[in-house]
Amino acid sequence: MSTTNSRMSRKRFSEPLLGIGGILLFLLVWEAVPRLGLVSARFLPPASTVLVQLVNYLGQASFWGDVGQTMFSWALGLVISIVAAVVLGLMIGSSRFLGRATHSTIEFLRPIPSVALIPLAVLLFGIKMESSLLLVIYASFWQVLLQVLYGVQDVDPVADNTAKSYGLGRIARVRYVVWPTVLPYLMTGVRLASAVALILAITAELVIGSPGLGKQIGLTQSGGAVPEMYALIVATGVIGVLINVGVRIVERRVLTWHPSVRGEGIA
Amino acid sequence: MSPLKRIAYFIGLPVLLIALWWLLTLGPTNFFVPKPLKLVETFWTVWASDRLWTDFLPSIIRLFIGLAASIVLGVVLGVLIGTYRWLRSFTEPILEFFRAVPPPVLVPLLMLLIGINDQMKIVVIITGAIWPVLLNTVEGVRAVDPVLSDTTLTYRITGLARLRYLVLPGASPQIMAGVRQCLSIGLILMVISEMFGSSSGLGYTIVLFQRGFAIPEMWSGIAVLGLIGIGLSFVFRGVEGRVLGWYHGLREMQRDT
Repeated sequence: MSTTNSRMSRKRFSEPLLGIGGILLFLLVWEAVPRLGLVSARFLPPASTVLVQLVNYLGQASFWGDVGQTMFSWALGLVISIVAAVVLGLMIGSSRFLGRATHSTIEFLRPIPSVALIPLAVLLFGIKMESSLLLVIYASFWQVLLQVLYGVQDVDPVADNTAKSYGLGRIARVRYVVWPTVLPYLMTGVRLASAVALILAITAELVIGSPGLGKQIGLTQSGGAVPEMYALIVATGVIGVLINVGVRIVERRVLTWHPSVRGEGIA
Repeated sequence: MSPLKRIAYFIGLPVLLIALWWLLTLGPTNFFVPKPLKLVETFWTVWASDRLWTDFLPSIIRLFIGLAASIVLGVVLGVLIGTYRWLRSFTEPILEFFRAVPPPVLVPLLMLLIGINDQMKIVVIITGAIWPVLLNTVEGVRAVDPVLSDTTLTYRITGLARLRYLVLPGASPQIMAGVRQCLSIGLILMVISEMFGSSSGLGYTIVLFQRGFAIPEMWSGIAVLGLIGIGLSFVFRGVEGRVLGWYHGLREMQRDT
């Protein structure tokens, strides 16, 4: 036992260390390539320059304003699409007729890329935040809706019939039988949607010019402020990582009772 | 279900929606929403012309090169990273970061590094579409059945044969799930890469129509993008049925027992 224990602890110790090593190596290569002149520093500033610029940004109110704008359209769009997808998904999923009747339409609308709606968004809303919202909602809605539909299909018929014979009404069954089954699927959908929503929020700002981080990236690029542009891109990456980690934590919290999460804890 | 009923279910709602659209646009012409017939007409005149060769085809070719490169690169790198434990721990945080960067922000960066040309557009597609394939391959390779893995070792099946008969088939359900995501991301990036400083391609054409307030033409462009998306998911389903036929059969049998 003692040997396995020491092996376990060594593994746990060395894995993050290796990861940090990977990051350091990457930063080193990034620093070295422009310094050695392999790529002109005008196009690829060394890592140190970009990181200093990023730290600079952290002290600026306008930067946080842009972050706030982006996160606001991200969050609002995500919430709207989740609520709409859950309501529609539960409705469609709980009726055989609706499920069959909507299948072809959903399969048709789902693969339409949300960026195809960019011109429409510009026409309808111009460069306001609503443009970002439209794209974010369209993109994340399908991710969640599909997962909810899968989830409703997965409801155990025995459990449902048992609930019926105990006299639970429609709403009570949705609450106590359907909802717990759907929840893990829903969380998967939310995880996928939150990443997609960030991509679309920033894309909309970049392409359409609605306020936020993406617009700033476009401005720095056309203004030739290269280190600033790199710093902003790194910032979007950091936001993306934070969102991923955050959603995973929420998922674990919400699903603590679920076997998949409990099982992970033991293993 | 009888075939007639199935057809009715399949076209029922779409027909209803189109009828609704037709009814609502019967009255005075709405500037934003063209009439259905007008849209079909425009679609035909706009896209069954030179545009097919100058805008549509180059975009599609770039999309396919980008997707093929992302899938090949993603699977190769994914198998490597998934096989070696130290390599996985080494690259994990950096990959997490790159995956989290929204790919469209790399368009300005790549414009700077590569310039505005076909290579840039293809690289944009790769930088975004490779992640789902790569990360799913890593997960798939890690999750290969340990019993099968030990069996191949016992029979001294190593190297390429092990890769061909154990690792790739074992990881293929996960890989295909990644490919599915990569298709839609690739399409999005194809459009975005053409919206910047480009002078041809689908993305450029659609934005051009919108700027010129050519509304029916713009809608027809949106329809083209939608049709490409639907076509891709159709092709994907055909390929998936072939590649993963054994897997779906296995799942069904397990569910029945």
